[in-house]
Amino acid sequence: MTVRKYLILLAVVIFGSCGDVCLGRGMRDFGAVTSTNWRQLLTVLWNPWVVTGICLLILFFCTYLTALSWADLTYVLPATAISYIFMALLARVFLHEDVTPGHWLGIGLITLGVGFVATGPSLTVAVQNSGLEKLDPTRAQVGLRERTEGDA
Amino acid sequence: MTTPATWAGIASIVVTATAGDVLQSRAMKEIGDLGAIRRSQGVLCLVRRVVSSSRFMLGLLFMALAFFSLLVTLSWDDVSVIGPASASLTFIASAFAARIFLKEQVDHRRWLAALFVAGGVALLAR
Repeated sequence: MTVRKYLILLAVVIFGSCGDVCLGRGMRDFGAVTSTNWRQLLTVLWNPWVVTGICLLILFFCTYLTALSWADLTYVLPATAISYIFMALLARVFLHEDVTPGHWLGIGLITLGVGFVATGPSLTVAVQNSGLEKLDPTRAQVGLRERTEGDA
Repeated sequence: MTTPATWAGIASIVVTATAGDVLQSRAMKEIGDLGAIRRSQGVLCLVRRVVSSSRFMLGLLFMALAFFSLLVTLSWDDVSVIGPASASLTFIASAFAARIFLKEQVDHRRWLAALFVAGGVALLAR
C-alpha cells in the first residue's frame, strides 16, 4: 500500500461521513417527512447543507470506486468503516447528539475490526481477461508492490 | 415487535446492497486502477470507460434498489431496528458474496474484521 492509496481510503472516510452529517443537518431544517409534507421534499435541494452533502457524497462514491479498482471488497468495506466512528464524533460536535456507552463500545469494536483487516493484504485476486482469479496473499502483496512501482 | 414484513424488507436491503457492492467491485477490477487510467488517458476517457461498463450500471441499479428498499422498510418499522440490522448484516453478506462471486480470499482476519465491524455498526446505529 502506498501513501496515495491510504489517502484515498482516508478520503472515502472523510467524504462519506461529512456528507452524511451535512445531509442530516439539512434534513433537520426540513423536519420530519410525513404524508402531508412529502410533496415539498424537493425543496430540500435548495438547502445549502443538503447540496453540500450531495456534493460530498458524489466525491465519496468516486473515491470508493477508485479504492475498489485496486483493493478487495472485503478490504475496502471494513477499512473504511472508520467513517461510522468519524460520523458519531461529528454528530456529537456539530449536531449535539448523545454518544452513549453502547456507542463507545461500538466504536471500540469497529476500531478492532479495522485493525484486523488493515494489517493484511489489500488484494487477493488478479484480474484477467477471462475473469477474476485467486492469488495467494503473499503473491498478492508482491503483485501490489510491482503495480505500485509501475505507477511511480 | 418486528414483523415478518420488516425482516423481508431488511433481507431485501441486504441482498440488493450486497449485489450492488459485488457488481461495482467486479466492474472496477475489470476496468483497472482508476488513478492510473486518469493519469494516462484523462478524466473523460476514465468516465467513458466506467459508465460504458454494463456491470457498473447494473451495480448502480442494485444500489438504487437498496436505497428504495430502505425507504419502504423505514415506513414499516423503527429506524433503530432497520438501520443496525441492515448495515451489520450487509457487512457479513458482503464477505460471503466476495468469497463466492469475486473469489476473494477471506481469511480468518477478514472474517473477524467483518464480524467486529458488523457488531460495532449495530451498536453505533442503535
